[in-house]
Amino acid sequence: MKMIEIRNLCKEYGKLQVLKGVNLSINKGEVVSIIGPSGSGKSTTLRCMNLIEEPTSGEIIFNGASITERGTNKEQVRQKMGMVFQQFNLFPHLSIIDNITLAQRIVKKVNKDQANEKAMFLLDRVHLVDKANVYPGNLSGGQQQRIAIARALAMDPDIMLFDEPTSALDPEMVGEVLEVIKDLAKEGMTIALVSHEMGFVREISDRVLFMDEGIIMEENTPKEIFNCPQNPRTKDFLSKVL
Amino acid sequence: MTIQLTGYCTILSYAAVGERTLKLWNYFWKYLPTLFTAAIRYTIPLALLSFALGLLIGFIVALMRLSQIPILVKIAELYSWIIRGTPLIVQLFIIFYGLPSFGILLDGFTSGVIGLSIAQGAYNSETIRGAILSIPKGQWEAAKALGMSKMQMYLYIIIPQAATVAVPSLSNSFIGLTKDTSICGILTIKEIFHRGQQIVATIYEPMLIYLMCALVYLIINTFLTFLQKGIEKRFSKHIVVSNK
Repeated sequence: MKMIEIRNLCKEYGKLQVLKGVNLSINKGEVVSIIGPSGSGKSTTLRCMNLIEEPTSGEIIFNGASITERGTNKEQVRQKMGMVFQQFNLFPHLSIIDNITLAQRIVKKVNKDQANEKAMFLLDRVHLVDKANVYPGNLSGGQQQRIAIARALAMDPDIMLFDEPTSALDPEMVGEVLEVIKDLAKEGMTIALVSHEMGFVREISDRVLFMDEGIIMEENTPKEIFNCPQNPRTKDFLSKVL
Repeated sequence: MTIQLTGYCTILSYAAVGERTLKLWNYFWKYLPTLFTAAIRYTIPLALLSFALGLLIGFIVALMRLSQIPILVKIAELYSWIIRGTPLIVQLFIIFYGLPSFGILLDGFTSGVIGLSIAQGAYNSETIRGAILSIPKGQWEAAKALGMSKMQMYLYIIIPQAATVAVPSLSNSFIGLTKDTSICGILTIKEIFHRGQQIVATIYEPMLIYLMCALVYLIINTFLTFLQKGIEKRFSKHIVVSNK
């Protein structure tokens, strides 16, 4: 069953064409990674999926319904897609527990006790129960990113979008974040991942897309794409990063 | 003989100084309550009301400037340009003495509140706009990604953080405003300075009375400074002093 399908997605910033007709689909429970050089449109593709960026043209179908049509309730769509950013973007003025419960309470109208219970459960999953009452500024980058994942999961999303989740981390903290993402994948969460961690992409992905110059150049299983890339651009890129 | 005479004169002048000091001392205690009454009945309500309204106007104008709707942006810029480019005293005269020729008659206090709020709003809008712009884009995006509406983003994410940034500057303008209320004497409001001038006219002790006026303003503003420190502390409880 298709969770999300993107048809001929284009995105322009003034004269700059970032996406030039992206087509992709992600099935329920699938882990799909997008790799490619910087500026190729990977992040923009991800950010168009939950409409944080307004696509210039093209169609996105989510859970069987078009979300690019006029009059779509964007807030409702975004609730169902959890997003994790490169820079974590935790809310610095709120304690960790409030970071995780705020959207549950004000967007989903869950009562405070239930929201707290869920937050504690998620904190346990990311191994940070003891940090419930501190502020984000007191946490390391790796811990902040794990909290950001818990915050996104608190909304019970159908799909998780990871936008270079480890790019801003010190090397020794990358592992703890990847571990959490791996657990999610194992539990059957649908995941779209943009990452430069090739070893990790290879390990957890069901499918890997190689993007360059605003289009998807190649799409295959990780084994195929890393071992025998077909497109010369893919070959060139992988020879540089591997 | 000469020494005796000098000594005599010294004693006499000491007596004169003593008498004058006593007189001033008596004036001080007689008129201090008058000035405090003026502060409580006029200066403080004028400052508080104008500050609250100025804050509201400032916030609305800041949102207009950030709205990216050309007509709203233009109106906000025009307002800011005119108010910041003309003296407060002229604005107050226009409201109090000018508007009656259009049939709009306002009493002194109302004119004062309107004039001060409009002036405050123009300055505050810049402070508030700057504070909102200082919040990183990632905060908006994270809130958006969680499904928050624009209103929720402002209420729960942006305003609390922008407030931390704006408090020192807004407190500053509140202190400035409290002092600016002294101009409102020209609108026949019986605030501190206006009362002071009246007292001087009857007893003719300008130095004493104006020093007393200064003292009353100083007391009010000292209190406001303490208040500012308290608010700043409260708003920045999440800020970690030594990161790492």
